[in-house]
Amino acid sequence: MKTPKVWAALTAGAVALSLGLTACGGGDDGDSDSSGLKFDAGTNGIVNPSDKKGGTLKVGMSDDFDSTDPGDTYYAFGNNFIRLYTRTLMTYTSQPGAAGLKPSPDLAEAPGVPSDDNKTWTFKLKKGLKYEDGTEIKAEHIKYAVARTYDRGVLGHGPAYFPQLLDADGYKGPYKDKNLDNFKGIETPDDYTLIFKLKEPFPEFNELVTFSGQTAPVPPDKDKGAQYRLRPLSSGPYKWEGNYQPKKGGVLVRNEHWDPSTDPNRKALPDRIEVIAGIEANEVDNRLMNGELHVDLAGSGVQDAARQKILTNPDLKAKADNPLAGFHWYIPINLKTIPNLECRKAIVYAADRDAMWRAYGGDVGGERATSIQPPNIAGRQKGTDFYTSTAPGYKGDVDKAKEALQKCGKPDGFSTTMVYRSDRPKEKAVAEALEQSLARVGIKLTLKGYPAGTYTGEQLGSPSFVKKENIGLGTYGWAPDWPTGYGYLQALTDGKAIVEAGNTNVSELDDPEINKLWNDVVKITDAAEREKIYNRIDEKARELAAILPNVYAKSLLYRPETLTNVYFHQGFGMYDYANLGVTG
Amino acid sequence: MAGGAAELRRPPPPPTVITFIVRRLLGAVVLMFVITAVTFAIFFLVPRAAGVTPDDLAARYAGKSPTPEALAQIKERLGLDEPVAVQYGLFVKALVLGDTYDTGTAEIECPAPCLGYSFRTSTPVLEEILSRAPVTLSVALGAAVLWVIFGVGIGVLSALRRGSLFDRMAMVTALAGVSLPIFFTGLLSLAFVVHAWGWLPSPSYVPLTKDPAGWFSGLILPWITLAFLYAAMYARLTRAGMLETMNEDFIRTARAKGLPERTVVVKHGLRAALTPLLTVFGLDLGVLLGGAVLTEKTFSLKGLGQLSLDGVIQSDLPVVLGVVLFAALFVVLANLIVDILYGVVDPRVRHS
Repeated sequence: MKTPKVWAALTAGAVALSLGLTACGGGDDGDSDSSGLKFDAGTNGIVNPSDKKGGTLKVGMSDDFDSTDPGDTYYAFGNNFIRLYTRTLMTYTSQPGAAGLKPSPDLAEAPGVPSDDNKTWTFKLKKGLKYEDGTEIKAEHIKYAVARTYDRGVLGHGPAYFPQLLDADGYKGPYKDKNLDNFKGIETPDDYTLIFKLKEPFPEFNELVTFSGQTAPVPPDKDKGAQYRLRPLSSGPYKWEGNYQPKKGGVLVRNEHWDPSTDPNRKALPDRIEVIAGIEANEVDNRLMNGELHVDLAGSGVQDAARQKILTNPDLKAKADNPLAGFHWYIPINLKTIPNLECRKAIVYAADRDAMWRAYGGDVGGERATSIQPPNIAGRQKGTDFYTSTAPGYKGDVDKAKEALQKCGKPDGFSTTMVYRSDRPKEKAVAEALEQSLARVGIKLTLKGYPAGTYTGEQLGSPSFVKKENIGLGTYGWAPDWPTGYGYLQALTDGKAIVEAGNTNVSELDDPEINKLWNDVVKITDAAEREKIYNRIDEKARELAAILPNVYAKSLLYRPETLTNVYFHQGFGMYDYANLGVTG
Repeated sequence: MAGGAAELRRPPPPPTVITFIVRRLLGAVVLMFVITAVTFAIFFLVPRAAGVTPDDLAARYAGKSPTPEALAQIKERLGLDEPVAVQYGLFVKALVLGDTYDTGTAEIECPAPCLGYSFRTSTPVLEEILSRAPVTLSVALGAAVLWVIFGVGIGVLSALRRGSLFDRMAMVTALAGVSLPIFFTGLLSLAFVVHAWGWLPSPSYVPLTKDPAGWFSGLILPWITLAFLYAAMYARLTRAGMLETMNEDFIRTARAKGLPERTVVVKHGLRAALTPLLTVFGLDLGVLLGGAVLTEKTFSLKGLGQLSLDGVIQSDLPVVLGVVLFAALFVVLANLIVDILYGVVDPRVRHS
């Protein structure tokens, strides 16, 4: 059972190696093909713009959704895809470029209005919106949908922001507590008004309801609990034809009760959408290139084999985009394992950023990172480098590193463990680059790889494991739930975010100044003011050498020429699925 | 006289076919319980020995950064806090007596033999297995037909023309077939036949009853790839068996009786040479019916092999247990059938 993985890893490794060698020489010449398609044209613009309806859109993926229940999915591609059959209070604006990051009213008439110092948020629904069965969408159905997310035993995959934020502690969800009136977190004075009651001020509530599917309405009498995912009731332009079959796929057909005049964000061009799950990953790419599939739903880009093919063939390259995908791959430095700031600085000084960047595939793989927040975060400032440099070819500063080691009281260096995901060749390459560059100053890294499936939950994400194994460094990546400094940084830098399993503050950064900033920022209503604070937190975390920035990831997405109205959506970090069409 | 007592003792009556089958089936039931117990132990005890807590297990079913309350709810729902013995007991109970499954809004009946519900997909495991069994069945049986025809055929011809060019070519090819793993030959065939030349569509499963032509064209590539591996093995086994048999005394006797060479080879030679092959065939087919993991993975077919692979990767214990049970059942059944067939094929077995 192991062999195919080993094989894949070997080829991937070999390809990654050859890429690393050639990445620098790759120019941008000859990137358009005869039909006028152009490399990277979909990153900031629309390729094959179209309003032509009809045809069948065929989408596939190597894995599967975590869930097709809008209240139970957390994957960005899931949140993107469910827009085809569900509408939520707010959704991302369907536009290329930074405009796509802006929340846009969907079921709501307008963005939510805060009151009571951001502790109360009121939304008004559009009237006359219908489900696929023709019944009307009512405010209480959204309240019920939010109430469902309290039962983490039945619906465990989705975000848990509502139970954390809403003033309804002790509420167990509608499955254990059948009376919805006992859920006090939301009030519905009439069929078209929702009032969210929060425990604490929370300024980015509109962004919060935008990013997930958890405000997609669910009529209580249509809910099937854990099995609702198999055939969720549609409020969007398409509905499921029969059940969705997990790990196999399903078919979406038009929902006649969806009213396009109420929905500026979905073009709904194809008549039919066929989803196939569980296609071997390289096979997904092959089928994209031979026209059997239109889109790889996972949206994270092609595999290494296809990547090499695309980058070396101008015809294929003209049908590819290379956008910043939203992830920042960085190196957390654990403050519990390495408590001395000067010792941590020595690591950052000695790090060979050039080799670390190459490990991610050079220019096509990503941009050298300065700030922790990647460029698509609202109000993010590039900032200055702390103890490192993003200058091309920068190999680290051995003298400064040795100086820092002196101050740390370990002039001969020290030993620590670095972990990475063993099934990700790039992370392994980064770890090896660090191992070599830190060895120059006597810092000895022991590298340990763990499977990606358990890595963030049980190894790097478990403070007790980190302590037991003396883990000082790791490889980590983060894409925000929503594109603000809060969405990006809070989980990574707030002392409150440190938890025993699935920890995201993997540096175990528990700094009084940063913690105070997090406590205060939520009371500020002005977004620009908040952004200043986020930038300060970003800076402070690097000043403390808790995070060594590495690479803002770029993905390589392939769009067959039969796909119309294609553009990279910054909110989802992939193509916008609700607006794709097909030719023929 | 010395052996008189022994001669007088009546030999035990030979077991009838029925008792033989019953005995084997009872053994199979015991075997399957042992297998589930071992699977259970691997699933729970091995991770625990490696330091994985029930919280960690629960976190595998939760979304990003789960709260302790969320973990508690998942543990409660999946019973992860119960001692392993209790969890196993519940599994066996459901298997024998049936169970119900709480979706949150309703209790769903799961009649015996209830294999439980997938943690991951909220679907009944038995239903999932039954819906995927035809895929695996089609792959395995189709390939088996090919490899038996070609493997045995080539083996016999090679043995009869020992040392000839055909023999040498066939055996070299067979060596290649045995040595090349499916994910290599499979990827190669996909790359050329499907993607480069476009002779066939990407492999997929369409039910035979719905579209026989689609069924055939969707599976022919997996069949050939899988059969290549097994045909190679069978050719070598058949050749060796035939060479040995054809030197036996009874072949000489048959020839001396003046039987035509065809009858000598097919009725006497091949029949004896096939007997050991039948054992191997039973095992091979049984294993494949439990899931042709590599073939299904390579060709993206959604059979039992993929299901078990996903189950293992995603720590979906009910699915893993279900597929393991099914695979064991197939192996046991296939062996049982082989043992019965033994008597038909090999006169020596029948007479002893």
